[in-house]
Amino acid sequence: MNNRSTFWLTSAVAAMATSPLAAQEAMGIDEKVNQAFASLTGPFVSLIFAPFPGTSFPWIVMWLVVAATIFTLYFGFVQFRFFKHAIQLVKGDYSDPNDAGEVSHFQALATALSGTVGLGNIAGVAVAVGIGGPGATFWMILAGLLGMASKFTECTLGVKYRNEYEDGTVSGGPMYYISKGFNELGLPGGKILAVVFSIFCILGALGGGNMFQANQAHAQISGIVGDYPGWITGIVFAAVVFAVIVGGIKSIANVTEKVVPFMGILYVGAALIILLVNYDQIGWAFGQIFAGAFTGLGVAGGFVGALIQGFKRAAFSNEAGVGSAAIAHSAVKTKEPITEGFVSLLEPLIDTVVICTMTALVIVISQQLIIDEATGNYMLNEAGTAIATIDGNSGVSLTSAAFASGISWFPYVLAIAVVLFAFSTMISWSYYGLKAWTYLFGEGKTSELAFKVIFCVFIVIGAAASLGPVIDFSDAAIFAMAVVNIFCLYFLMKLVKKELASYAARLESGEIKKYSH
Amino acid sequence: MTAKIVIGLDGTDTGERALAFAKDLAARMDACELIAIYVIEWSPFTFQTAEENAQRHKRREEEIALAKSRIVDPAIAALTDAGFKATGLVRHGDVAETLNRLTVENGASQIIVGRGSSDGFAKRVFGSSTQSLVMHADVPVTVVG
Repeated sequence: MNNRSTFWLTSAVAAMATSPLAAQEAMGIDEKVNQAFASLTGPFVSLIFAPFPGTSFPWIVMWLVVAATIFTLYFGFVQFRFFKHAIQLVKGDYSDPNDAGEVSHFQALATALSGTVGLGNIAGVAVAVGIGGPGATFWMILAGLLGMASKFTECTLGVKYRNEYEDGTVSGGPMYYISKGFNELGLPGGKILAVVFSIFCILGALGGGNMFQANQAHAQISGIVGDYPGWITGIVFAAVVFAVIVGGIKSIANVTEKVVPFMGILYVGAALIILLVNYDQIGWAFGQIFAGAFTGLGVAGGFVGALIQGFKRAAFSNEAGVGSAAIAHSAVKTKEPITEGFVSLLEPLIDTVVICTMTALVIVISQQLIIDEATGNYMLNEAGTAIATIDGNSGVSLTSAAFASGISWFPYVLAIAVVLFAFSTMISWSYYGLKAWTYLFGEGKTSELAFKVIFCVFIVIGAAASLGPVIDFSDAAIFAMAVVNIFCLYFLMKLVKKELASYAARLESGEIKKYSH
Repeated sequence: MTAKIVIGLDGTDTGERALAFAKDLAARMDACELIAIYVIEWSPFTFQTAEENAQRHKRREEEIALAKSRIVDPAIAALTDAGFKATGLVRHGDVAETLNRLTVENGASQIIVGRGSSDGFAKRVFGSSTQSLVMHADVPVTVVG
């Protein structure tokens, strides 16, 4: 789309937005989109989040945590044993200088991080702490640490079984390692499972990688400029994403990719400043986190409620076990697939253990969550579903209010950060979704264009629908990917163990050496 | 013993003058081998999209082929035609660091480079590749203006 048509589109949208009649009608559209969407996705969401019989514990949360724990034990706490080595790999200590110009470990990690660091860290954490209380943070950190082993497993396989085409381009991800890995082990059903994963990956790309982002970006913008129909934000976002992924205007993506890391640093920096200013309360905040983790401090569902929220948001934020990162990491240049596994385990650490914890601490310290002074427990809202907040904020607006209590102008910076994070996550997920799409329907211009158009349509739906149905569908779609991916990882993990044993032995013997730079 | 001299090409006029100077110098020596190197500026610590990463290998090959055909091959042809023994290399990396590393690896005794044509803000802040090479090289460096 050229600049002129983008201009006319934006002008037309702005003109419609200023007419009161149009605005009323637009709200009507939002409501209709919301209702239709909620009724369509309801059964899928219920299935994924079905609780264990007789409990309120969703089986999917257990599925992710058990997997992360099994991988942690099976690989002998690889996330701690090889942590230092992972840092050395990212620094390039083991990179052959003759491979300069290829994708480095750092670049693969940074690309994967730009797909995961985003609204999950800002809005998702606020949802977790808002519902599950400060205790959710404890479970989130634990899930992040365990998730490092899941990420290690899937990303090693992602590189090992990627497709390298004659023209030099690469495609990798769970769909490739599932079909090739099962084949190698002589197991049946690899191809079918790869197809099922691809279907869920497309849904995940449209849900968590798209609608949730558009929805929360709209919430943030309307929180600053005043309420207006969500589909307007949706159309503007869709137009820009369309320009990048269909129009091939790489400069927009390039600028975003370069600005997003700085936004991330700025975000962590701002959180650190707020924590430093309130350093006397950090001890209290950690006290709340630990007490809440085991007692719940009055939140809905008690400590189990805190645990579910913590685990859910961690998985949604760092995507460990989901399989998406394996797509992003598979482009790296290395002769040892396992090295990318080591590098990828830093991802949940940065995303969840560092950035999510920062957000949670700022929310807790800012005392946006209302405490009943008589009991010391948190007070619930009228519906009894979440903790009551000072201005009734939830999601990204809760994080925004928390940061504003420390730095009054920060919501403006946060709004820009949210829009950029949302945009970069959309670009990343449009690629993940596309890879799954082309796995199913083959590579070709028409097939690729079809997916990209569908992707842009979902941006508008995501911005127009209300948070509840969007967040439910986004979670469900992403977790559905994890159902297939983790099931297959249980069969394939012995292949990774073989790689790990061989690499560790060669590293020990000095056969794998550092290059002097 | 054959002396080896590295010429840092940069595709600009000063690079051409460095080449001419190297020819002049080599003509005065008994046995001399010239190694013409073009380094494509690249850092492993940049941020790229997933799609760019997937196509990186292909782009790298294209960049190397282009640098070879436009800059290195014509320089080698000119040197060979003039009766010198010459080889060419194209590599990615930090210009100064890579030139120095390749010089040491190939056992060359000096580097000849152009002054560099970058100008403006970036140069004031970070300095040019030539400055960096002069500061950190392990062998003598001749800068041709």
